[in-house]
Amino acid sequence: MRYLSNTGPEQRAMLDVIGAASIEALLTRVPAKARLARPLALPAAAAEMDLVREMRALAAVNADAESYTCFLGGGAYDHFSPTVIDHMILRGEFFTAYTPYQPEASQGTLRTIYEYQTMIAELTGMDVANASLYDGGSSLAEAALMAANVTGRTEIVLAAGVNPLYRHVTATYCQGPGVKLRTVPAPGGAVDLDAAKKLVDLKKTAALVIQTPNFYGCLEDVAAAAEIAHAAGALLIVAADPVNLGVLEAPGRLGADIVVGEGQGLGVPLSYGGPNLGVFAAKKELVRRMPGRLVGATVDLDGDRGFVLTLQTREQHIRRAKATSNICTNVALCALMATIYVATLGKQGLVDVGELSAAKAHYAAERLSAIPGVSLRFPAPFFKEFTLKLPVSPDRVVGKLLKQKILAGVPLKRFDKALGDCLLVAVTEKRTRAEIDQLADALGTAVA
Amino acid sequence: MAKQGAASYDKLIFELSSPGRRGYSLPARDVPATADVVPAKYRRKDAAALPEVSEFDVVRHYSRLSRMNYGVDTHFYPLGSCTMKYNPRLNEDMARLAGFLRLHPLAPEAASQGALRLMHELGVMLAEVAGMDAVSLQPAAGAQGELAGVLMIRAYHASRREKRTKVLIPDSAHGTNPASTALAGYDVIEVKSNADGEVEIDDLARHLDTDVAALMITVPNTLGNFEPRILEITGMCHAQGVQVYMDGANLNAILGITRPGDLGFDVCHFNLHKTFTTPHGGGGPGSGPVGVKAHLEPFLPTPVVVKKDDAYALDWKRPKSIGKLQAFWGNFGMLVRAYTYIRTMGPDGLRAVSENAVLNANYIMKRLSKDYDVAAPGPCMHECVLSARRQKKHGVTAMDIAKRLLDLGFYAPSTYFPMIVEEALMIEPTETESKQTLDQFCDAMIRIAREAETTPGLVHEAPVTTPVRRLDQTKAAREPDLKWMGGSGRPPSPPTSAPIGDMGGSGRPPSPPTSAPSA
Repeated sequence: MRYLSNTGPEQRAMLDVIGAASIEALLTRVPAKARLARPLALPAAAAEMDLVREMRALAAVNADAESYTCFLGGGAYDHFSPTVIDHMILRGEFFTAYTPYQPEASQGTLRTIYEYQTMIAELTGMDVANASLYDGGSSLAEAALMAANVTGRTEIVLAAGVNPLYRHVTATYCQGPGVKLRTVPAPGGAVDLDAAKKLVDLKKTAALVIQTPNFYGCLEDVAAAAEIAHAAGALLIVAADPVNLGVLEAPGRLGADIVVGEGQGLGVPLSYGGPNLGVFAAKKELVRRMPGRLVGATVDLDGDRGFVLTLQTREQHIRRAKATSNICTNVALCALMATIYVATLGKQGLVDVGELSAAKAHYAAERLSAIPGVSLRFPAPFFKEFTLKLPVSPDRVVGKLLKQKILAGVPLKRFDKALGDCLLVAVTEKRTRAEIDQLADALGTAVA
Repeated sequence: MAKQGAASYDKLIFELSSPGRRGYSLPARDVPATADVVPAKYRRKDAAALPEVSEFDVVRHYSRLSRMNYGVDTHFYPLGSCTMKYNPRLNEDMARLAGFLRLHPLAPEAASQGALRLMHELGVMLAEVAGMDAVSLQPAAGAQGELAGVLMIRAYHASRREKRTKVLIPDSAHGTNPASTALAGYDVIEVKSNADGEVEIDDLARHLDTDVAALMITVPNTLGNFEPRILEITGMCHAQGVQVYMDGANLNAILGITRPGDLGFDVCHFNLHKTFTTPHGGGGPGSGPVGVKAHLEPFLPTPVVVKKDDAYALDWKRPKSIGKLQAFWGNFGMLVRAYTYIRTMGPDGLRAVSENAVLNANYIMKRLSKDYDVAAPGPCMHECVLSARRQKKHGVTAMDIAKRLLDLGFYAPSTYFPMIVEEALMIEPTETESKQTLDQFCDAMIRIAREAETTPGLVHEAPVTTPVRRLDQTKAAREPDLKWMGGSGRPPSPPTSAPIGDMGGSGRPPSPPTSAPSA
């Protein structure tokens, strides 16, 4: 019990002050009938060295991206993360602090959030970004609900290329408020804009949602989608991966009203899918309808610059049932990782990461699609991820390559039955030419 | 006026930027240059205006910013309802094992068995702690656990073809309770609490009918007291077909002592970032697993981690499931930390956690009961609520006391929460603090009570030792400045003549809770 401080004599001294005979005497309000009469049925306490040994064994059976070559994407990416990030976030003043509700004792956190908001607004081309939501999926769900509230409309039209996991989350969030979801097909990989135009309703559609690059890796025409949404009086919500936005145009410059996305690529570890970083940014006229915390600059009694949580009347602890969202705890420490990531990589680094990823992905696509029977499934341009059509079961290929310590890609069967013969392959700046060649050779053998 | 002292620093990373400076290195491109792999149409026209700094700039800047924070590591954090206990370093190391930290969520299940096994075992352990039949680890935080729980209740009633439209919530509840419930599509009906923060049984009885889907309450309640008639309350609800949800924010009080399931609850959530020591991180990430009784199990979020023979898998075939809350399987990094903690403590250790948490809270309550009004008579559980109404007669508010504590080397209690207590100061010491620390804190609180009588100006002025003094909240809200605009319009405008917004002084409506408990 090395985490507890009170010794027996100290407990006794405290009980004497309280005037209680025992700790048990402090628990009299708990109904005797509901008292647990036995110890919890849990494993006995483990000594530190024993537990470490066991945890190492448990971790070792996983095929992680350090001991395997990772070509997995689908919403989480094996991007490079500078070592300074972990050193900085492990400073106890950051990672053991609470939400900065006492601003005078939280200026460190508040400043980093203000920096984060600035960086995300700049990358997405939006006026304001919040302090983070949970992940890309819940950010999209919150954006859909916000669009419905802002427009007073009840339908959201989503492109088929929006990550199916995000669509699933959005559907879950929309069931309470009764917001309906409709899907626009994307037969060529990118969304069918004519179909979108037909599906977007002048009265009912609150927002059109696209993701770029989309789940299949294809780039979408954001400006054309914005035109369709706005012509119907609807908002355009764009899901984008901010780590790509050093190279790809900021969705805000192309007409997006709300930009959401998964920020994991900005220095947040894969960690089996969480915690992640829900990015959320919007135009300034929407700021009072936004979910989540916002940090603003102000002055103190001496006129010196300081930072506070602001526009809190949107939030649950004040507005309760009428809050713009129920979110309280967010992912502040992941936002801090992203802040330090963007600071370290900076203006040129994000360009380099994007260019390297794109160049390597295109090299990989060229090598892989040269294998007999293997082809790119969609003609649309892509960025760092693409969909391959295989002549044999993708699950089998993945299983075979796993034995060679290659995580070859994500079979798409579970996400879309029509793509049962497809494998989604992602290539980041971390993959070397040798690793890509290895993948191509191994995949060539596996499908032969 | 420039502040003195080591913690004083007034730079943003952007203000350190120097064109051409770099803080990173990436390998040279080793694949052939393929021009226009990304067509111009999709490319950024203007480079993003991001900082250009060296790696050392980054390290010094964020090191200096960190020193402008109070954390549990550096300061006692008696923040009620937030359970600011020690965050064990072993948990951090375990979460950083490559097999966990670098595992991709879409790696084949056969290659993720260690992670899935950890999740399965953690689910079983949490179910045992709460007396529940099944647990989903997917919710990202308490509020998302609440949403999941209420959606499951909704799906349960729908499966029985019952149309119920209301959820009852006591007026002492955390703000996330009504917010999550409204998000799940229910009308929120407030139930009165009595002076001790206990549910008024008569008021509850008046509201209970077949239109009520659920009652959502916090045990122990937000005044830190155990609801003595809880079995009666859950029984009354069940008699009307009403489901009962327990907000698990205060679970740290009852580990191994009693269990939500044994108290009659159908659903409860856990805050792994409170009870189970995962760090608060300046506001998150958290993790909010939700536990249910067997009748709600079919409605759990997908996928569910299952064990078949000796293998673990993600089960997606859940036709009655409410759906998905986040893209992947849960905040796995937090799950590793919580698992490590439970394995470190064991059953006796967890019970000792709650016993010492209760002891520490009662000790503080007793030591401060002469100088402050106690909101509800003890014994309390893991936290106690004081009222500064006596100090307010001298013009010193709960807010002033909170700010003065910052000067004396302590973080502040939660203030103005629960809302049913005037000038509330909600104090939760947790079990990891020693008697010496509690004594120092009590001495400081008693000193402030004296100061309120003799030198109230000192308390109004506080804090004076922090990197900034009290901040102009009104200006922040009226003229939102939410991102750095390149230094134009700076330095900031002169201070307003009277401090407003953050003073909570008499004659104004009570300020919002400044340390609202998180979910």
